Amino acid sequence: MKNLYLSHSATIKDIIIETEDGNIKTFILELDDPEIRDNWKHIPGQFAMMSIAGMGEIPIGIASSPTEKDILSFTVSKIGVVTTELHNMKTGDKIGIRGPIGNGYPLKNQLKGKNILIIGGGYGFTTLRATIIYLIENRKDYNEINVIYGARNPGLLLYKKELEEWSKRNDINCHITVDREVPGWTGLVGFVPQILEKVSPESENSFALICGPPAMIKFSMPVLEKLTWHDNQILFSMENRMKCAAGVCGHCNIGPFYVCKDGPVITREKLKQLPTEY
Amino acid sequence: MTLSKALKIAENEIKNLLNILNDSFQVFIPKLKEKTSYKFYEWDIYNNGDEFNIFIGVPKSSIKSFFFPQPETLFKFSIQKDTTALKEPEEENKRMLFGVRPCDARSIILNKLPYSEDSYYIKKTEQNIIIGLSCNERRNSCFCLWAGGSPMGTEGTDISLTLIDASFIVEAITERGGKIIETLGDKFPVASTSDIEKLNALRASYEKQRQSIPDPVKKIQDKNLLELYDKPLWNDVSLSCINCGICTFLCPTCYCFDIQDETSKGQGKRIRFWDSCMFPLFTQHATGHNPRGAKHQRVRNRFMHKLKYFPDRYNVFSCVGCGRCIKECPVNIDIREVLRDML
Ligand SMILES: Cc1cc2nc3c(=O)[nH]c(=O)nc-3n(C[C@H](O)[C@H](O)[C@H](O)COP(=O)(O)OP(=O)(O)OC[C@H]3O[C@@H](n4cnc5c(N)ncnc54)[C@H](O)[C@@H]3O)c2cc1C
Ligand code: SF4
Ligand code: SF4
Repeated sequence: MKNLYLSHSATIKDIIIETEDGNIKTFILELDDPEIRDNWKHIPGQFAMMSIAGMGEIPIGIASSPTEKDILSFTVSKIGVVTTELHNMKTGDKIGIRGPIGNGYPLKNQLKGKNILIIGGGYGFTTLRATIIYLIENRKDYNEINVIYGARNPGLLLYKKELEEWSKRNDINCHITVDREVPGWTGLVGFVPQILEKVSPESENSFALICGPPAMIKFSMPVLEKLTWHDNQILFSMENRMKCAAGVCGHCNIGPFYVCKDGPVITREKLKQLPTEY
Repeated sequence: MTLSKALKIAENEIKNLLNILNDSFQVFIPKLKEKTSYKFYEWDIYNNGDEFNIFIGVPKSSIKSFFFPQPETLFKFSIQKDTTALKEPEEENKRMLFGVRPCDARSIILNKLPYSEDSYYIKKTEQNIIIGLSCNERRNSCFCLWAGGSPMGTEGTDISLTLIDASFIVEAITERGGKIIETLGDKFPVASTSDIEKLNALRASYEKQRQSIPDPVKKIQDKNLLELYDKPLWNDVSLSCINCGICTFLCPTCYCFDIQDETSKGQGKRIRFWDSCMFPLFTQHATGHNPRGAKHQRVRNRFMHKLKYFPDRYNVFSCVGCGRCIKECPVNIDIREVLRDML
């Protein structure tokens, strides 16, 4: 019987400081065992447990796309014990990885052939990064793609290199925004829901993938409703404290729904049938 | 389901049986403990000659610590910068729990539902042999029939003992139970057909009693989740709760755990230990946000998990009706009343 709690050893290959305040870093890893590396398969929207022996284990969304060969990356915000320890690590250091875990976005099924709307804010953008790269790699499988991504100020935007690259493409519409005017910023200004209203993405044959701070989600919903989006076209990625990430330890439940096992991705329709415990 | 012949052992010969079993297994029985004027039964190692008392109800603690040791080592590691060598803990000996009440035995089966892929739990089910003991009398806090069990239930046991007319009828329930009974065959007489008929009639009468109760699981499943969740009852129930967590720790079917790392001198282990949804930290995010920050939310989660979420998923309550939480709650919260209000 497989042991659910053992992780695979991985080496930190590179570390990218994402935000100006240095609080968010991307860790690019390589799984040490070539066999495990070759067999690793994930879907954008899934997560993994990152383990530092002696410190603990935490769930982090997978920021790299499965189309990026031999790369496994995670973008981590420094906030508590394990994340701080991780931020103190250097290239060459070892950590443990357990995963991939969770359902991920249904990119290979329901989303095929559809218009895709991506709405992101803060570090919630990590698995959406994986998704966008995946969509671009498989561009012909999807219809129109809109990306709306916002941060408080330009210094807090993640993945600047990719954002620049995507903005230049004409097969996806990238709307990058910051909350307030800042000298030197030539992009959009305004909160994500306001930009969403301006972009006015069509609801027909469409799916929205949304991950970000609660306020962003809350104020984006009426906009989508006005544009006649149905609740089963809206996908969220949930987050709750978790320990085992195997549906056993009892921590991450939203009523009967276990974020780790039944999620983290859930439609707005299903979420509305659950208690608001998140 | 009787797999091999049942034996009949006179009540006053039970020590002989225990002594024989004690040669091959590490046997545990409920032993009487005394603290000042407070008397209770607790699981402890059987030594040849120890008194085996039959008392009404269950020992103070459930058998869950035999299945989820408190704490349990998941693996050991050594911390060096370049390696994190992992080692799983060594296997333990076969243990026998003797005199397990049907409710407690049934908890093993219920916990196995969420733990079906957990190798540690499954290994423990292989290591622990369960000798059940039917209940001839019920304590006023017992409600196994409501919870889907029976005072003569055999679920979760390997061998079941039932005291009828001053003799134990000893039945094999599982294959490994049958093997143990085979080794005892030359030492104790075989139960007669009329003994077995008596036993089956008694068991059937309980079954009939249970079936006369309109299936509470079915009734709960038919209820709308959010309507139950939004009932005003949760505020009333939780008012007096002090969030001590005793109910969840004593509960045989509370199976939640926390995982932590312990280290000293470069050596460490990852351990898991019991946790409780009654504690605010259970759900607190690193940001400080807490989805169940308020007491009534946590009390509601406990009952909703046991009596709605779990049955919706597995078609059975996560409760065996042992009554420990009713008996030990310092503010007398009664799960039977809560269930009644939910129905
Ligand atoms: C599915 C999922 C995906 C996530 N993706 C990311 C990501 O891509 N980037 C990122 O920076 N963060 C992400 N998080 C949040 C991240 O897991 C927490 O910030 C992290 O666990 C905090 O750990 P800590 O030890 O530093 O904090 P502490 O406050 O010291 O936390 C103690 C322990 O509590 C648990 N815990 C605390 N907060 C959370 C939480 N919000 N979610 C889950 N467990 C928690 C962890 O087991 C943690 O070790 C994600 C969470 C989930 C559930
Ligand atoms: S034992 Fe009673 S007071 Fe303690 S947490 Fe449980 S319900 Fe609350
Ligand atoms: S009642 Fe609470 S502690 Fe007990 S199993 Fe359910 S969630 Fe876990």
